[in-house]
Amino acid sequence: MSFLVVEGLSLSFGGVRAVDDVSFTLAKGELLALIGPNGAGKSTCFNMLYGVSRPDSGSVKLDGNELVGLKPRQIWRLGVGRTFQITATFTSMTVCENVQMALLSHANRTFGIFRRAHDAYRDQAMDLLDIIGMRGQADRPTNVLAYGDLKRLELAIALANEPKLLLMDEPTAGMAQPERRSLMKLTADLVRDRGTSVLFTEHDMDVVFEHSHRLLVLNRGRVLAEGSVAEVRADPKVREIYLGGGSTYASMETNHA
Amino acid sequence: MGFFVAQLLTGMANAGALFLVASGLSIIFGVTRVVNFAHGSFYMLGAYIAYTLMSHLPGAIGFWSAIVLTGIAVGLIGLLVEIVVLKPIYRAPELYQLVATFGVILVIQDAVRYVWGPEDLIGPRAPGFGGVVSIFGQSVPTYDLVLIALSLVVLAALWALFNKTRIGVLIRAATQDREMVGALGVNQTLLFSAVFFLGSFLAGIGGAAQLPKGGADLTMDLNIITAVFVVVVIGGMGSIFGAFMASVLISELQVFGVQLLPQSTLVLMFVVMAIILVVRPQGLFGRPDAAVYQGNSAMVPKPLKPLGLAGKLVGAAILAFLAFIPFYGDNFLVFLFSDIIIFCLFAASLHFILGIGGMASFGHAAYYGGGAYVAALLVQYLQTPMELAIVLAPLGAGFLALIIGWFCVRLSGVYFAMLTLAFAQVVWSVVVQWTSLTGGTDGILNIWPSDWASDPSVFYYVVLVVGAGGIIALRAMAHTPFGYALRGTRDSSLRAEAIGIHVRRVQLLAFAFAGAMAGLAGALFVFAKGSIFPTELAISRSFDALIMVFFGGVQSLGGPIAGASVFTLLQDWLSDFTYWQLLLGVAIIAVVILSPRGITGLLETTGRIGDRFRTATGSNAEVAGKEAR
Repeated sequence: MSFLVVEGLSLSFGGVRAVDDVSFTLAKGELLALIGPNGAGKSTCFNMLYGVSRPDSGSVKLDGNELVGLKPRQIWRLGVGRTFQITATFTSMTVCENVQMALLSHANRTFGIFRRAHDAYRDQAMDLLDIIGMRGQADRPTNVLAYGDLKRLELAIALANEPKLLLMDEPTAGMAQPERRSLMKLTADLVRDRGTSVLFTEHDMDVVFEHSHRLLVLNRGRVLAEGSVAEVRADPKVREIYLGGGSTYASMETNHA
Repeated sequence: MGFFVAQLLTGMANAGALFLVASGLSIIFGVTRVVNFAHGSFYMLGAYIAYTLMSHLPGAIGFWSAIVLTGIAVGLIGLLVEIVVLKPIYRAPELYQLVATFGVILVIQDAVRYVWGPEDLIGPRAPGFGGVVSIFGQSVPTYDLVLIALSLVVLAALWALFNKTRIGVLIRAATQDREMVGALGVNQTLLFSAVFFLGSFLAGIGGAAQLPKGGADLTMDLNIITAVFVVVVIGGMGSIFGAFMASVLISELQVFGVQLLPQSTLVLMFVVMAIILVVRPQGLFGRPDAAVYQGNSAMVPKPLKPLGLAGKLVGAAILAFLAFIPFYGDNFLVFLFSDIIIFCLFAASLHFILGIGGMASFGHAAYYGGGAYVAALLVQYLQTPMELAIVLAPLGAGFLALIIGWFCVRLSGVYFAMLTLAFAQVVWSVVVQWTSLTGGTDGILNIWPSDWASDPSVFYYVVLVVGAGGIIALRAMAHTPFGYALRGTRDSSLRAEAIGIHVRRVQLLAFAFAGAMAGLAGALFVFAKGSIFPTELAISRSFDALIMVFFGGVQSLGGPIAGASVFTLLQDWLSDFTYWQLLLGVAIIAVVILSPRGITGLLETTGRIGDRFRTATGSNAEVAGKEAR
């Protein structure tokens, strides 16, 4: 059953059609990778799904609810978590407090003034930090973290509202290879154990081919191809336009054969 | 018809000096992102230097060369200020540079008073342009036409500079993206200095050119700076043509406003600015991307921690010390410490939105003075008892902040700052001009505490209990989920919004709460002094609060307390000297340069240097030991 239904999404910047009539669906517990060359419209697509930009036309339905026109904070309350391409965390708080803040918001307590925030939901936050393996860094200030740790922290924050859908914009960008694998392994586990649906963009084809259930290829704002890993890899249009034919593709073949 | 044209020309002439000063400020801001509050002081210096030069250089040639020489002299002074004061702190958070320019204002004030004396000076007539001409039957001073021509010549010259010369193109490029200009290999240090020279040169010419029309006096600096900011904001930060159009708009508005609505000329200018900022935040000719006021991410505050035992003991010791003041001090000391407590609360309330919320309000005096006026009016017209007035004043001020904040939280950075300033000026001008209600500049007198608290020592305890209570409430608020959410919106509004935090609502409520606490401080002030005047709402009071917060350190909850205490004591101690403003200004600049994180930052740094010194000597000893072996 389709959990997320995107239909005819379009957005132009000036004369450029950044996203042009994009439609796709995402099932419960599915890990869908959105790939495409730079400038294909991946991030623009993400921003429209999350209410940061408003599409010129089209609709995004989550479990029957229209998301177009809603603000990011309203979309979050419908159970959508998000991680950013360039990490966005609360730098003046500790690792644990970042997660606590999300938990407080989930409990609708951001206007609470009658108790301290320092120890609110600390245990639950620690549990989430356990999942991403950062319990040991709970009381470190966020601004001293390594970039890979920030990316993982973003995932813990995104999990605080028990999301039904996770939107991850280049979750492993800037990470070293082993870290990438462990983060995506973690995400795949979440999908399997919790039935979370995940839509992610990624440039690293190792990550994409290893974990995603299905692929969606964007090029110049349009859907170029869609299907399983094998189908997309076999698609001549993808070979030609996205993978550029020739050497790039060949090297990937050898990597993943 | 004739009358209309004459008025129009008067407005255009008034716009001349305003445009010269505003264009200089706009250029400086565009490239360096320094909001130079001392720009009005350069204008004032221009008038005084021109006075001296014109009285020594004879004839028409002397007059005109005096204007140019004044521009060069002021340009060099501006350059000096840039090199000595601003260069060391370009890397500090941008708003911090403001405080340094406040210091410069004070220094230049007293320097001018020392050199030229306190009396107003009347400027010489311009040779050959001393008379009037008749236009449609109305006489118009010839010099007005000269000023109009001058502003057009400068506009054309600036246009040529920016479009035809390499440095001009670089300045325009840097206004749009200074990082890129730096990456392309342009010497930024030199560019910044050049821009400062040019901006100050224009301010100096402006001061010199208006000397025959308006003379020179010591209030010129602050009088023009508000109008200049209004012009720059309306025209669009960094836009020369915008500055020109806005100067004309504002000047004409004032000239015709006097005819139509003599009671509300002051209000008019700021209402126009507020409307433009709400509708078009980047100004009429500004680009939204050109003036985004990014905070400096290099200085991230440390996470908050609940006060430990040591902190609680220090707090208790301070309170105990304050509680004993009436026992071992005379009335003078009681009044002094009462002032300190009130300013601590005022500064702490500003710190709540500025330090914790990242919203730099330039008009916080509106709520401080607003609370004071609410209390005074309640007593004056409704014979409200003191106790009730102290409760209602923060509610009134908080309500005012809620209304003003609703407009302001839509903007951020320097535009937020300017809009809060504009609204504060609206409040101030309403109080000044609504004489029948507020008494105007005569203020409201005889607002004394209730009988039981009429003894200064007893009222001191009222101030201590209410003031300390307010400060503790502000501190406690920072530790609540609401306070955390507010910090979250400052750290990353993107992330805050992405985890369901209603950023604007959090900011608005914080703004209102800070306004209410400022109002509480204002209510205490009015009963402590027994009277209230519009100066408590004025821009200089807002500046005081900003200085206290930055002086103490933005990034620590103790900062505003330290800043307000030191600032008030310093002011009290220095006021015995004739040129105390100069000393205070130098002190402010020194603190800013030595410790960009304020007094509390300075304490931390000295602590850390001590540690480093110990470890360093320790390792030296080890090395020495090894060598010995």
